[in-house]
Amino acid sequence: MIDHVVTLVALTLAAGTPLVLAGAGELVTERSGVLNLGVEGMMLVGAVIAFIVAATTRSPWLGVAAGMLAAAGLSLVFAVLTLTLLANQVAAGLALSLFGVGLSAYVGLDYVSVVVEGIQPLAIPGVSDLPFFGKLLFAHSPFVYVSIALIALVQWFLFRTRAGLILRAIGESPDSAHAIGYPVIAIRYAAVLFGGACAGLAGAYLAVAYTPLWTEGMTAGRGWIALALVVFATWKPWRLLAGAYLFGAVTLAQFQAQAMGLAMPSQLLSMLPYVATVVVLTLISRDAATIRLNAPASLGRPYHPDV
Amino acid sequence: MSGASIAGPRAPASRVRLGFALEPRPEPSRLMAWLSPVIAAAAIFVVGFALFSGLGKNPFAAFYVFFVKPVDSLYGVAELLLKASPLMLCAVGLAAGYRANVWNIGAEGQLTLGAVCGGGVALALQDQGGAWLLPAMLAAGVAGGMAWAAIPAWLKTRFNANEILVSLMLVYVAKLALSWLVHGPWRDPEGFNFPQSKMFADAALLPMLVPGTRLNAGFALALIVVGLLWVFTRRSLVGFQMRVAGLAPAAAAYAGISASRTVWLGMLIGGATAGLAGVGEAAGPIGQLLPSMSPGYGFAAIIVAFVGRLHPLGIVLASLLMSLLYLGGEAAQIGLALPSAITGLFQGLLLFFLLAADVFIDFRLRLRPRSAAARRSRRRPA
Repeated sequence: MIDHVVTLVALTLAAGTPLVLAGAGELVTERSGVLNLGVEGMMLVGAVIAFIVAATTRSPWLGVAAGMLAAAGLSLVFAVLTLTLLANQVAAGLALSLFGVGLSAYVGLDYVSVVVEGIQPLAIPGVSDLPFFGKLLFAHSPFVYVSIALIALVQWFLFRTRAGLILRAIGESPDSAHAIGYPVIAIRYAAVLFGGACAGLAGAYLAVAYTPLWTEGMTAGRGWIALALVVFATWKPWRLLAGAYLFGAVTLAQFQAQAMGLAMPSQLLSMLPYVATVVVLTLISRDAATIRLNAPASLGRPYHPDV
Repeated sequence: MSGASIAGPRAPASRVRLGFALEPRPEPSRLMAWLSPVIAAAAIFVVGFALFSGLGKNPFAAFYVFFVKPVDSLYGVAELLLKASPLMLCAVGLAAGYRANVWNIGAEGQLTLGAVCGGGVALALQDQGGAWLLPAMLAAGVAGGMAWAAIPAWLKTRFNANEILVSLMLVYVAKLALSWLVHGPWRDPEGFNFPQSKMFADAALLPMLVPGTRLNAGFALALIVVGLLWVFTRRSLVGFQMRVAGLAPAAAAYAGISASRTVWLGMLIGGATAGLAGVGEAAGPIGQLLPSMSPGYGFAAIIVAFVGRLHPLGIVLASLLMSLLYLGGEAAQIGLALPSAITGLFQGLLLFFLLAADVFIDFRLRLRPRSAAARRSRRRPA
């Protein structure tokens, strides 16, 4: 029974981690006032590049770095379109997702049945041998610790540093921030690139640690779920972490039900995470005032100092 | 820009640098609005040319195989129109919503539900088939698409839930539902265990338009729907109100235009046309239900809607271009040994190029002096 609990916790954390990573990046991007709907595309490109590099160099960590770079590169395209060329952010984000799906399918074709040595869970020496708590807390994938540290970092940056305050100010009112003299566009560029790198890290985790393999469209909508989670979290990092693990648990429920011999078709169980996303999004949005109070006021609006 | 005036006319000449800047146009350029899709399409051809060379193919021959050969025969042109039909249907419905700022991106799911509902009617009733069967299927398909689109519309108007994310999530749900049906209850018992339904009877198939090709009445139906929606958006009061709601939400609210009615209409129109496209695929080129009823038409239609300037005529033209990209991808697989996934690559690039070119609708590029002092003054907090 205790082993069972430990396994469940480990699987929940593992399933929630890509959402934490991608969500943390998108949260920072959105806090600067930019809505990047391309998370799914950036995750896929991060995943495929990480996998290809890991397969060819036999170094999964090099793959992770390459995946982050590739996704950040893709987010740069989005940044140029929306920040320099002032394109509609919704349209550009959709374009990024559609392009990412196509690009990753194209470059990943030769790697579909390739096997790589994935990044294994990291048993922290000393403490991981403790009874119960050792396995519960100290024997997860390194990405799990990285994602929790990332949330702590984002929380600290946004609410405890001057740079974070400036970024939030730009997200609330780019005009005022510009009038004071802050480089609105440059900071938004940085926020978009950070979001891209995080999405790439999330994709890389899926491709070289969680599964580890490459299949077309392997993110299966996690990028979109991460976007929904940012709203669910009302743009607060710690709530994002809680939401992501909630989803990890829902993803797990389908495997649990099958293991318990529940006579449900697998397709209907696979619907759970998507239905759950709709439900939580609806629950949190029901109170329009909460969303209005917490959403960055300039979210999704292009900014040009002369307009 | 305020910085230039701070630097003043007495800034030393050596410190003045020329830089490009985007300057708002007093009026959006109508010329650019229509030129920009042409530029984007041309850019795609250029990229195709460069990509084929980069992949070690003879670019002229590859270009011919990809963009010309698929449509150099009557059969090819019929295929072009056949694939363009679901694209223009979905896109014209989505565009009605996009004009009103209603962002339905779940056409792929609504298309799937249309195929499921229309196909369900065919499977249940085709043994008693008659002239009424096909209209009943089409009606069921439209209703299915609308029902699927009604979910994000209701959650948006009643609970303020973001329609982009809800409609997209429902794509996955719809695809899983179809997969379950063709793997389970609706599987053809004589289909050697393949996940597919029974083939539809003749009475449940759309009649052919051109002998010797696969072009069916679905294409004519698509054109009629495009025409009807053109009249609706351009000539009806409700269509006008929806456009106002998209252009100036505050003015629309002040004028008493119901925001929730706009959302409902924008969603339902998109769902209806996507549902029709879905049943059109089931009762047309496919002729049964398969685990996937569309190679991403619902998503490609988003690009078609933008490239077509959200205008019915533009959408028809853009759907032909998008259809050509699908045909070219298939031809490249056979004739060039290139993966057909290249289509997805071109689709995404097309929208990128369009969005980049679109900046010149509202802005123009100006060379203007930029001094070092001006640059500095903009960076420093006052």
